[in-house]
Amino acid sequence: MSANSIYKPQNPVMQWMERRLPIASLIHSSFVVYPTPRNLNYWWTFGGILSFMLGAQIVTGIVLAMHYTPHVDLAFNSIESIMRDVNYGWLLRYLHANGASFFFVAGYAHIIRGMYYGSYKDPREVLWILGVILFLLMIVTGFMGYVLPWGQMSFWAATVITNLFSAIPGVGDPIVTWLWGGYAVGNPTLNRFYSLHYLLPFVIAGVVVLHVWALHMVGQNNPTGVEPKTEKDSVAFTPYATAKDAFFIGVFCLFLAWFVFYIPNYLGHSDNYIPANPGQTPTHIVPEWYYLPFYAILRAIPSKLLGVIALLSSIVLLAFLPWLDTSRVRSANYRPLYRQFLIVFFLVVIGLGYLGSQPPEGGYVIAARILTAYYFVFLLIILPLLGLFETTKPLPNSISESVLREGVPVGASAPPPSGARG
Amino acid sequence: MNAHRSIALAATLAASLSVAAMHAASAQEAEAPSREHWSFHGPFGTYDTGQLQRGFKVYREACSTCHGLKLLAFRNLSDPGGPSFTEPQAVTIASGFQVTDGPNDKGEMFQRPGKIADRFPPPFPNDQAARAALGGGLPPDMSVLAKARGYEAGFPWFIFDAFTQYQEDGPDYIHAILVGYEDPPAGVTLPPGAQYNKFFPGHAIAMPKPLSDGQVEYTDGTPATVDQYGKDVAAFLMWAAEPKLDERKRLGFQVFVFLIVLTGLLYFTKKRVWHDVKHDPELIESRPPPEYPKS
Repeated sequence: MSANSIYKPQNPVMQWMERRLPIASLIHSSFVVYPTPRNLNYWWTFGGILSFMLGAQIVTGIVLAMHYTPHVDLAFNSIESIMRDVNYGWLLRYLHANGASFFFVAGYAHIIRGMYYGSYKDPREVLWILGVILFLLMIVTGFMGYVLPWGQMSFWAATVITNLFSAIPGVGDPIVTWLWGGYAVGNPTLNRFYSLHYLLPFVIAGVVVLHVWALHMVGQNNPTGVEPKTEKDSVAFTPYATAKDAFFIGVFCLFLAWFVFYIPNYLGHSDNYIPANPGQTPTHIVPEWYYLPFYAILRAIPSKLLGVIALLSSIVLLAFLPWLDTSRVRSANYRPLYRQFLIVFFLVVIGLGYLGSQPPEGGYVIAARILTAYYFVFLLIILPLLGLFETTKPLPNSISESVLREGVPVGASAPPPSGARG
Repeated sequence: MNAHRSIALAATLAASLSVAAMHAASAQEAEAPSREHWSFHGPFGTYDTGQLQRGFKVYREACSTCHGLKLLAFRNLSDPGGPSFTEPQAVTIASGFQVTDGPNDKGEMFQRPGKIADRFPPPFPNDQAARAALGGGLPPDMSVLAKARGYEAGFPWFIFDAFTQYQEDGPDYIHAILVGYEDPPAGVTLPPGAQYNKFFPGHAIAMPKPLSDGQVEYTDGTPATVDQYGKDVAAFLMWAAEPKLDERKRLGFQVFVFLIVLTGLLYFTKKRVWHDVKHDPELIESRPPPEYPKS
């Protein structure tokens, strides 16, 4: 999406088109000659994987929607009919359900990479904030999708999560009634969740366009966190990044296929194969695994309102990382202390995930409080202070220098890559 | 090195704090069901046709008076990857059930023998009728029961289950319930009408012991024991819940072969493409001169 494209169409049809709508040169400059740092590792492939997963979810979802019935009396059986009577319906549904999980796997990997290599820092703040917005949209979309099968967990998850809004003082209860479209989770709720579950992926796709646009304005970060300085520091997006992304999408699909074909219900909860019953509460109401850390934070706080605030701020605070992190060095590779605290932070989030799956009793609550405290202390206290006191390692002068340090094999005669400048 | 040690220390500290706290919390649960051998386990698993036919016999003779199978049609009994009854056999089975149809020309509902396109008729007209007939208990429909039941393997076992492809906690649980009836241990009082079952959560189960040795006749020489009945009916219910399992695993293997070849080709493509960059002569030229050892 940079203006200085070197695209010169030879075909007369393409020349005609170029003078009227220069879409070919836009694609050429954005996804062919776009310069990408030469030292990117495989953590940088998750953006491509996420785009691929969004496409896969939309395609499987649209076909599933042709067979699904959003009605409290029919939803559960319509999904069973997809599993039994629709040609390859089982495949579509298992791809879509496990695809949601793997969407979050890729999303979390993408966030981890951003935090580890400081990809949120100047000039990438807007790019990062758009990413947090995408994460929020993913959470909402995934939650609404989980409600659609109308099993026990669907129903009770919808009840618990929508009830969170009742914590808002004064207007909480009217808001919950408004969200439900009635005085309990019921048919209007299911209908609007279905409608929004169909809408939001396209909103996500729109924000993805902004995210990619912002990325192409500022360029990609890289493991050194040092901006590309010369042509030698970059390679062209195609074929270099494309080939690398394609390979890792293949690897990612192998993981997804393992779940879809061999353990399709591993990530789900068996209670969701029991049709929704408003008269019977399950022993433990557990959300999908990808929400568990945030669920643990919610339950760690004794007050409902404060719990909801903690839950929301645990995600929204991420948008403020560019300003909470005061260090001018981007990559954790050159920040020994930050690196340690950050890895502990990731372990804490995994620990919170485990605690979120356990009943909120006794020791689990104490453990969840300890880990929740670290979550916020890290973001609000450690991060701002570290930037002021930490002694960082010397940065390489350029990306090429860092590549050289790792050692380049000698004895090659291939021509240099023709990476264009952006 | 130092960094690694500190991280390890911090992580160990956090983990031990959490684990200590959680040990205090772990609640007492029902005994975990034993893991049985299932023909449909693993990447090449398929249903055992003979076992599904025996399991259907157990269902028909012992379970179907109280438990419905409303999502299944009689035609499914002759589907590939299932009990593989022949179509005439499925027709005969269907005609053994009475199905409510109608309204007829007089506007009345009427009973007729089942046809192959019908779904299994419910054993009770509605939930209230079931509760009234059974002293308050409601027997669940069994169509997806094998996926709607299970047990938590707990940490760290659930991680290994992802690698060993263990997905049979539902059939294991159903089998365990059927063999789990016991006399209540001393000091345990059960609510009226309840039986003691060592695998049922809370141990007090409303269903009377449904099977006893020799109750269902097997003609293929399989031992007619409760243990065997339990395994056969659990396998049948797994098929009822997941009728496309054979197809899924067969297609899965094909997809894996395809994806491994594709990913392999993409890997070598990537390697070939990046070869130029990794061996960039300009970069090599700008390399600092090598330091020779002083002699």
